[in-house]
Amino acid sequence: MTTAAFGEPIARLEDPRLLTGQGRFLDDIGHQALAAAFVRSPHAHARIVDIDVSAAVDVEGLVAVYTHEDLDGRVGEPLPLLIPHAALTHGRTAYALAKDEVNHVGEPIVMVVATDRYVAEDVCDRIVVTYDFLPPVVGIEAARSAELLVHDDVPGNVSAHLVQSRGDVEAALAGAPHVLELDLDIERSASTPLEGKGVHARWDADDASLRVYTSTQASTSVRAALAARLELPLDRVEVIAPDVGGGFGVKIVHPWPEEVVVPWAAIRLGREVKWTEDRREHFVGATHERGQLQHVEVGFDDDGRLLGLDVTVWHDNGAYTPYGIIVPIVTTTQLLGPYKPEAYRAEFFSLYTNTVTVTPYRGAGRPQGCFAMERTMDAVAAYLGLDRTVVRERNFIRPDEMPYDHGLIFQDGRPLIYDSGDYPATLEKLKKLVGWDEFEAFRAEARAAGRRVGIGIACYVEGTGVGPYEGGWVKVETDGTVVAATGLTTQGQGHKTAFAQVVASELGVPVERVQVTTGDTRRFGYAVGTFASRAAVMSGNALASAARKVRDKALRIAGEALEADPRDLEIVDGVVRVVGSPPSAPGSSIPLATVAVLANPLRYAFDREAERATQFGGPVDYSKPPVAEGDSPGLEDTGYYSPPRSTFANGMHAAIVETDPDTAEITILRYCVVHDCGRLINPRIVEGQIHGGVAQGVGGALYERMVYDDAGQLLNASFMDFLMPYATEVPVVETDHLETPSPLNPLGIKGAGEAGVIPGSAVLASAISDAEGFAITRMPISPSDLFSLRLAQESR
Amino acid sequence: MKPAGFTYHRPATVDDAVAVLAEVNPAGKVLAGGQSLVPLLSMRLAAPEHLVDINRLSSLAYVRVGDDGGSVTVGALARHADVERDAAAYAVLPLLRDTLRHVAHPTIRNRGTTVGSIAHADPSGEMTAVLALLEGTVTLRSTGGERTVAARDFFTGPMSTCADAGELVTSVTFPVPEGRTGAVWTEVARRHGDYAVCGTGVVVTLDDDLRVAGARAAYISVAPEPVVIDLTEAVAGEMVDDADWPAAGRLAAGRLDPGDDIHATAAYRSHLAEVLTTRALREAAGRASVAA
Repeated sequence: MTTAAFGEPIARLEDPRLLTGQGRFLDDIGHQALAAAFVRSPHAHARIVDIDVSAAVDVEGLVAVYTHEDLDGRVGEPLPLLIPHAALTHGRTAYALAKDEVNHVGEPIVMVVATDRYVAEDVCDRIVVTYDFLPPVVGIEAARSAELLVHDDVPGNVSAHLVQSRGDVEAALAGAPHVLELDLDIERSASTPLEGKGVHARWDADDASLRVYTSTQASTSVRAALAARLELPLDRVEVIAPDVGGGFGVKIVHPWPEEVVVPWAAIRLGREVKWTEDRREHFVGATHERGQLQHVEVGFDDDGRLLGLDVTVWHDNGAYTPYGIIVPIVTTTQLLGPYKPEAYRAEFFSLYTNTVTVTPYRGAGRPQGCFAMERTMDAVAAYLGLDRTVVRERNFIRPDEMPYDHGLIFQDGRPLIYDSGDYPATLEKLKKLVGWDEFEAFRAEARAAGRRVGIGIACYVEGTGVGPYEGGWVKVETDGTVVAATGLTTQGQGHKTAFAQVVASELGVPVERVQVTTGDTRRFGYAVGTFASRAAVMSGNALASAARKVRDKALRIAGEALEADPRDLEIVDGVVRVVGSPPSAPGSSIPLATVAVLANPLRYAFDREAERATQFGGPVDYSKPPVAEGDSPGLEDTGYYSPPRSTFANGMHAAIVETDPDTAEITILRYCVVHDCGRLINPRIVEGQIHGGVAQGVGGALYERMVYDDAGQLLNASFMDFLMPYATEVPVVETDHLETPSPLNPLGIKGAGEAGVIPGSAVLASAISDAEGFAITRMPISPSDLFSLRLAQESR
Repeated sequence: MKPAGFTYHRPATVDDAVAVLAEVNPAGKVLAGGQSLVPLLSMRLAAPEHLVDINRLSSLAYVRVGDDGGSVTVGALARHADVERDAAAYAVLPLLRDTLRHVAHPTIRNRGTTVGSIAHADPSGEMTAVLALLEGTVTLRSTGGERTVAARDFFTGPMSTCADAGELVTSVTFPVPEGRTGAVWTEVARRHGDYAVCGTGVVVTLDDDLRVAGARAAYISVAPEPVVIDLTEAVAGEMVDDADWPAAGRLAAGRLDPGDDIHATAAYRSHLAEVLTTRALREAAGRASVAA
């Protein structure tokens, strides 16, 4: 039995089930359900002139065909704009099924419901949509030039324009001894979880209730959105996230068009309906991220200290803005990383294009911000002929300056104040881990052998654990099992293990005895969702709070039973005992299971435990009611955690790369990470999060891009041409940790989910630049790109 | 991503298979390992009315070395992995195993067939180029009988061959190069196991004085079909260490006219053709010089 729980690198409790095929994912549910499929726009920008279903109606097995005309009530309204913002002056959202116009390839137009997916797709093939073509706006340059518009009523294609600043940047730049300008470019990528989206809906006509399974990161909010759209009472709607095969941000968006129309059809037809997104649909029917152009002006002194930093970002938000402008806000606030330029100004334009909508993908704007800042740091170092780590170190916020107020507003609408962190110590650890000071010797050795190598570094600070809140519920069953629930969802992070460790530690029970449920509105109705590296901070602290309350109650009841002062009691291995007494000493201990029995006086004996709990079962004080006034039966409680503001984790990555002088192939020789996310609940899980993040960072830096042609067609909408790195492309990740506890929450933890991905493009651009001797300003970079850059350098 | 409807046939003998193909001609498509065809069906990029599954034709599941050791013949149901692991084939023609290691991933090689990839004639398929490089042959069966076609006549364009829809490719034969030779496959792919951005297989032949007597190379991903270039003129008569291999690389690149795609520019592909040819020829010559 595992007793020590919090902080132990125990194996994930969910793995045996998931690794032996016992997982229950969306497509494993409802084999008898009708299948939905969608006719999606093959054009990037067009008016819908006509939808002709006449060739489809006699296909055997067809149940229903729906277009926007059929969507009654609120289902036919534009989908919600989830996160409004004063700067988002021209927010636009799509309809669940396109009305009159389509704005990107992949936008759903017609829903077909049939006996199975094969038939549904046969029907889709026979539906003829006639379009009036409109010229598409593809790429940031085209959006910015605004010669063509995505939405007729959005001038300049600008959905939002926001400026944030601290100090007088113009004066700082004017007075700076040195000023550099950089133009930077980061291309599109996407979350691309292993499992795509999917929805299964079942209407119970007798009960007038709806049960929806959906592969989501926010089941409680899907529930609220569906109740609102479908005009059902909230308590008649249940939403459950089953096992979810990865989210990485894309599944925080809700309600998806399919999430609305599949349940709507299930109610209308009185039948179970299911839709499972296929890979091709996911590429054009979900969302992307990352695409930005950036212009940086930086003023600095002879030592490399930043005096003024002025950044302008042109952010490609795609066709619609359902998730508001979180991504560019995060870019322009988190760009600062561990540094403190004396004056800072950040301006962004969020631009519409006729391409798939942009919403947060792991990192959520930070990789772009980190790229801008870290390319700037390298440029300053190169200009002054200083070591790149020296310039960074000179600009760090010092530990004694914490908490550090940047004077800006973060994505949660609250002040951007770093709570804690020791950046100089992090850098020292990283330099040691990668052997920064010994690299030149290695370079010389490699050069003598005709090899070309380079080293890079990138630092980041990550706001994690954003509010508003999460809750947790903990109950001790009469057999000693502890059940716990939290409303946020899980997509493979190992939450059920980490949360069990938190609860087990607080309660004093073996971790294997704790069973955690997530993302099921039947079990816990108040929740926000899993995003922004918030689950451990938010639900971890909420569950700890609930478990502490249960513990207090258990000690009180045990104290009564043992005739001891609760303050003299402790819970060890699931047994309440007088502090320090030997195990099972008579009269000085009582199993938690028994306390749970005592906590719930019963009338009926339905099993052995209940027999002991009946009001006729044992010695009873007949002067008191069975449940004291103000008390409640059972050993259970609920806790919530709501943070004053985000807590800021940080980390630094270093990479050593080799570039082939002939073929321009890029190989990562070493990849080192030093990471500080406060107290670790489970170091093994944190390590895994970092590995996964690094894999996605490497993907974004060297492999993944969304290749749109001028007509707005996505040319690589498959895993054959969208190059996610294989295990063979992901380097061994060497890690070291610092633990600077967050003062903002009782457990002292910070989020870790996104960290690994953030500096990927920045650190690899740094290393490749170092190997090649010229600055890389555009990521991702392929061997073909590097070859072209070399030719351009030679012809200079 | 569900295929359109089709009629499924699963013949038990080669005769039955060609009879079905004849009966449904030209609406039939042969299913072997399915590693290319099934995704095409699922994406409805191909929608044949009849699918003829040859996975029961166990008589075609063979890898055979010719009696004189002068060739390796691969039957239509031999998986890539069977060819890759075949010790006898490796002993006479190591190029097969060396190249197959670049064909996708082990799970795909466990299902995909070498003959299937050749019949599919993807201009990025390694085994098409190896067959062309070695001047191999393709054997086809139909109800009308059997014919054998040289590789250079078999490939007629991207995903296009001289095979009739009523014919079944039953085997391919890779001749072992004669004389003192060395053969090498090399390629650059974006990820391990991906279709190559550029790939080349080369054979270098030395004479009894260890001077270069012949050099030729075949390419994938830089031409619509596997193209073989004789590079002997650049290096003929030279000792291995003295030969101007880069000149051969330049000669090769000059004869190729690759295109752009989303993974690489034409200029980069040409450059790779030159670099990879040079590297591969030098290594193949080294192998030839130590060959028995």
